[in-house]
Amino acid sequence: MAEKTPKKPTAEYADDPINQSLTAEDKIELLRKMVRIRRFEQTSLKHYHSGSIGGFLHLYIGQESVAVGSISLLGENDHVITAYRDHGHALSVGMGMNECMAEVFGKKTGCSKGKGGSMHYFAPDKNYWGGHGIVAGQTPLGAGLAFGIKYKGLKGCCLCYMGDGAINQGAFHEALNMAALWDLPVIYIIENNGYSMGTSQERSSSHPEEGLAARAEGYNMDWAKIDGVSIYEIRAGVQKAVERAHEKSRPTILEITTYRHKGHSVADANTEKYRTKEEIQNYIQKHDPIEFWKATLIEEGVITEDDYKAINKEAGAEADAAADFAKKSPFPDESEIFDDIYWEVDNNTEAGRTGRHFFHQ
Amino acid sequence: MPREITYREALREGLDEELAHDDNVCIIGEEVAEYNGAYKVTEGLWKKWGDKRVIDTPISEAGFIGMGIGASMLGVRPVMELMFFSFAYVAFDQMMNNAATCRYMSGGLINVPIVVRGPANAGTNVGATHSHTPENIFANMPGLKVVSPSDPYDVKGLIKSAIRDNDPVYFMESTVLYGMTGEVPSNDELEDGELIVPIGKAKVKREGADISLIAHGRAVVTSLAAADILADQYNINAEVLDLRSIRPIDEQAILETVRKTHRAIYIEENKPFCGIGAQVSSMIMEQAFDDLDAPVLRITSADAPAFYSPAIEKLQLPTPEEIVARALTIC
Repeated sequence: MAEKTPKKPTAEYADDPINQSLTAEDKIELLRKMVRIRRFEQTSLKHYHSGSIGGFLHLYIGQESVAVGSISLLGENDHVITAYRDHGHALSVGMGMNECMAEVFGKKTGCSKGKGGSMHYFAPDKNYWGGHGIVAGQTPLGAGLAFGIKYKGLKGCCLCYMGDGAINQGAFHEALNMAALWDLPVIYIIENNGYSMGTSQERSSSHPEEGLAARAEGYNMDWAKIDGVSIYEIRAGVQKAVERAHEKSRPTILEITTYRHKGHSVADANTEKYRTKEEIQNYIQKHDPIEFWKATLIEEGVITEDDYKAINKEAGAEADAAADFAKKSPFPDESEIFDDIYWEVDNNTEAGRTGRHFFHQ
Repeated sequence: MPREITYREALREGLDEELAHDDNVCIIGEEVAEYNGAYKVTEGLWKKWGDKRVIDTPISEAGFIGMGIGASMLGVRPVMELMFFSFAYVAFDQMMNNAATCRYMSGGLINVPIVVRGPANAGTNVGATHSHTPENIFANMPGLKVVSPSDPYDVKGLIKSAIRDNDPVYFMESTVLYGMTGEVPSNDELEDGELIVPIGKAKVKREGADISLIAHGRAVVTSLAAADILADQYNINAEVLDLRSIRPIDEQAILETVRKTHRAIYIEENKPFCGIGAQVSSMIMEQAFDDLDAPVLRITSADAPAFYSPAIEKLQLPTPEEIVARALTIC
């Protein structure tokens, strides 16, 4: 990827009405949310290396502004669904660090009782529908959530997140066609970190010069490209799409450019082979969304360096406490294997009691 | 005179009643609305219920089934038609991953109350791609329910149960059965005011004491014809048990008939490898071994893709004559 010129920590898009409405406390909260995600991810990485966490671990470090900025715009009838790099969205919708950390530790106290793992966090009470492991598999579901909102006559939308690698799956294109055809209030957010696993955008996607989201033109759909470094820019851009969904029930594709500081997953041994060290360092040092927002808030006089340190320390302590909680929590019981498969069985209904549902001996 | 209607009409009546019963029920699929259904199952429903409730889709099985799954998480109850169940393979990720495992992976926070229905049969001279019988493939996946009704009464009662069920139900019909007529009482003839057939309950379609012919779907019809021949020509009284539901399965009914007749054949239009008969015969062997006077046999479609030429294709499917011949080897 070509080196980008770093943004200045002055607030382009700060004048947008949606950002003008932010109080100082709101701005600090946005910072706190991003820092909490980062500390959560750093802590989970530490425990992955120590062997307490297994499986796949796709870290959100470097992309925090995307989930935090966009989800900060949502109301009670707005819904969220994403792919497997889902920790940031989970914390952004208000899931607790304890339940999220316990889930990656495979514990009974995890948000999915240890049955889902890192890629499969869910919180329907917070309008958060996962956490999906198959690339682009969630994109028709996102259209479906929007269909459900519209079917029930509610004014809402669904933010459906995906990586840039997901845009080449067929199911996504089927979903786009239906969303545009039926005026579904869904917003597809392509978190473009430049790489579908180890394959760069240049090597994986043919697209119009303007970017990946411009493929929307083919579906008669609105689109925009947003620089994900800036919370202000994300909020201004996503808000337009939210209004379009709420007021006109029209879908949008947004491409938010971002960068993952770590590999595709922790198991990605080639993270410094398909990307140069210089490129990674450039993004970490000059395009980090947390550093950018922190500098913006200092510039605005909203926080001091010491305030930031306190937020960072507090988030680190919260993540450590979550790891302690996860460590001390029990593993699920073997008896739970056959729970949560059939609703009717779990609820001991007549249907759940009729016929043999399970075939193990 | 009891009312007789076709399988297709009975199915449509069940759909219509459920559209009336619950505003959240909607029908989604290719050609289901304005075209009146590729096999006319949904004929008239769009005209009666309108655009919101009966929805034509683009040819995008993965897309619209995934969309239905997402909508069902919010409490919509979509009944999605696959023009052929063979097209499920295009939507496999949605049907196997998202519909079947979201509940588990969320620790029970989510349920997916969808129905995916359509014909799942061979024998219609359309070649292998349109002749798949995937009941064993989907029944293999915990979290899914698979139903395969063989007559008009059951197809109406089971579609209503499937729509009211809070788990994903894959409802496999047969184009060959759509025109079959049978007794289906009207609601005012019924004590409960409606016809409901529970999922997970088999039905004895013909009583007998000498051998059990256990089957599902159209193979039940074939088995009943075989039972007639066995009775008329060989004085063998076969009991015919229609599973109706494949998962959950009525194990009790299977064991009861085997304990009564001591001989069993499983007949299906599915393929043999890990077919429903393989599962059923294993259950019989494990739990009723001492009741058996002969090995459990299986009759399936030929272990080959569906032959286009009708002259040969009909030989690939179970026939009454084949059932009789195999029955005679163990009676």
